[in-house]
Amino acid sequence: MALPKYTETRYRIWHYSYLTICGFVFFFLIAPLFVIFPLSFNAEEFLVFSEGMKRLDPDAFSLRWYHDMVYGTKNPWGLAAKNSFIIAIFATIGAVILGTVAALGLSSRHMPFKGLVMATLISPMIVPLIISGVAIFFFIAKVGLAATHLGIIIAHIILGTPFVVITVTATLSGFDHSVTRAAASLGSDPVNTFMKITLPLILPGVISGALFAFVTSFDEVVVVLFLAGLDNTTIPIQMWTGLREQLSPTILAVATCLIVLSTLILVTAELLRRRSERIRGINR
Amino acid sequence: MSSETQKILTTDGIPLEVSLKKAEKKNKIKAFLLVAPLLLFIIITYIFPIGEMFTRSIDDRMVTNMLPKTFKAMETWDGKELPPEEVFAAFLSDYRALAEKKEHGKLGQRLNKEKNGFNTILKKLWRKMEKFEDGNAKEQIMAIHKRFRDVKYWQAIKRTAPPYTMGKYLKGMDMFFDEDGKVVQVEEDRRIHRILWLRTLEIAVVVTILCFLMGYPIAHLLATLPMKYSNLLMICVLLPFWTSLLVRTASWMILLQQQGIVNDFFVMIGLVADDNRPEMMYNKTGTYIAMTQILLPFMVLPLYSVMKTISPSLMRAGKSLGGTPFVAFWKVYFPLTIPGIGAGCLLVFILAIGYYITPALVGGASGTLISNQIAYHMKETLDWSFASAMGLMLLTGVLVVYWIYNKLVGIDNIKLG
Repeated sequence: MALPKYTETRYRIWHYSYLTICGFVFFFLIAPLFVIFPLSFNAEEFLVFSEGMKRLDPDAFSLRWYHDMVYGTKNPWGLAAKNSFIIAIFATIGAVILGTVAALGLSSRHMPFKGLVMATLISPMIVPLIISGVAIFFFIAKVGLAATHLGIIIAHIILGTPFVVITVTATLSGFDHSVTRAAASLGSDPVNTFMKITLPLILPGVISGALFAFVTSFDEVVVVLFLAGLDNTTIPIQMWTGLREQLSPTILAVATCLIVLSTLILVTAELLRRRSERIRGINR
Repeated sequence: MSSETQKILTTDGIPLEVSLKKAEKKNKIKAFLLVAPLLLFIIITYIFPIGEMFTRSIDDRMVTNMLPKTFKAMETWDGKELPPEEVFAAFLSDYRALAEKKEHGKLGQRLNKEKNGFNTILKKLWRKMEKFEDGNAKEQIMAIHKRFRDVKYWQAIKRTAPPYTMGKYLKGMDMFFDEDGKVVQVEEDRRIHRILWLRTLEIAVVVTILCFLMGYPIAHLLATLPMKYSNLLMICVLLPFWTSLLVRTASWMILLQQQGIVNDFFVMIGLVADDNRPEMMYNKTGTYIAMTQILLPFMVLPLYSVMKTISPSLMRAGKSLGGTPFVAFWKVYFPLTIPGIGAGCLLVFILAIGYYITPALVGGASGTLISNQIAYHMKETLDWSFASAMGLMLLTGVLVVYWIYNKLVGIDNIKLG
């Protein structure tokens, strides 16, 4: 965004101050994530940079909090991680299947009451989480699934489907329906057409919806706090308890692992988004 | 006209119109069947329970079920003077039945909320009713305590007769029904809920404004820079977006503590003295800073997707027609971004108003918002009907915001980047 040579001085000043403001905002967004990295390797128990760390003394750094995270006797992180992954994976599968099938129907131009149905389907996303939490708790408690994995999985399917519905309908909006008609005219049954033609084409949308659903479940704490018993503790619940009671460096080690995970998810999501834009022909 | 022209037939001899309608209907059913599983799932597990929240919030059948005979007898009582003998007799029999089931304590607690001093006299009744003689219940009960001779206590019982009450909603607004059944406010120093509502609204509004002020410039930059730079900068927005909320809250707790990096920096540049470091956490400042950073991506992404569609030649045209860059921006560019501003502000506001994890962790005593209160009543006091009532009041507020948004901007598809 170089300025043309004839720009007046005051606009020049304005332009550079604008860039500086933007620089500060970007710094404000990203910098907090990077404090966690070095502090999680702190050899001491305090959550500030020690003198040794400031001098880059190798002795001031250690992996003891990572060791504590994995092998610590009183630490529930192992169980929490296992639960989190089980719940998130099943919730994602459920949300993707229900959401994709519904998106196929919703993007058909024959769908009756489209607006109303869409509003109902994405309502869990637009209602404040605490209200969803109360409502879902009433349902899960009534069917006797409180403090079970299945109960939490159902809750997370409810919260995750809107993302799948939205991303898949967006992908389908650029979908050329003549290819499915071509398949049908060549004698393919609808299921076969879906698996061989439609699904590969909308796969980027499906996967990015799945990523949203996975992250929603993996990061969800409000509803889980209502539903979880001692055996269903998840990473967010442990983090919440830990942050409320005592901010220990072990939490920072866990947080570092979560940042690495979110980086991986971000890269995948970005690659998929570009691929899907290419397929939809939105090249720039 | 169509009746006069020859009807077009398909090869089966059916009129084309009919055949098309049939196919159309079949397609409709097909599309609906695809949506049906998710629709049913959401309705059963989510929409119905929200309805159940409503019935729970107005449910007041406890006393109604506890004193069935009393309320039957009270039907003919006008409520102005002491009730007749039948009411006393019915009450005694109801109360005896409750005492046998050991539920008389609950009745005392509930009636005490309606009229202070009920619990004591009911306990007295419980101790003495063993020795009651048959018949003449009115005299024997009235002899126990002078409050039983006061008509106000009997009016209080009658007030609990209807199976439904709006009392929980009034409680959420720091009001209640007084002895005459009128709506009055609680004493000034006990109006806690109103403070919470205002604080929740204040935090949501301030965070939305901060997000807008910070999000607009960077969304504009991202939309106007060449792809290779903007993709790199986009990571600054997307990485926090995908990172766990609790991780980001944790990093703010480290940054903002008194010995934390932000304070270190302030000391280093000489802004504050080392022995006089400001408290930036456990107050509203901390809540604003942390929530703004956490919700900022939700402002930037919708703004970006709208700004991306605005052609740069519009600004150039504005300038070439004699507008200064500021005029061109204000008259041409800004109006075009209003849908994005609407979507971003709506998203951030709705998320902020239902938030409580971050305020609870970095907000200290001022971090208690209405959502905390709902969670507290769900988990600690187990007053689910009150939690439901407050949840529905919050939901109503959110729906009003949606309605206003729809009037002003029009509900557009909320884009997810």
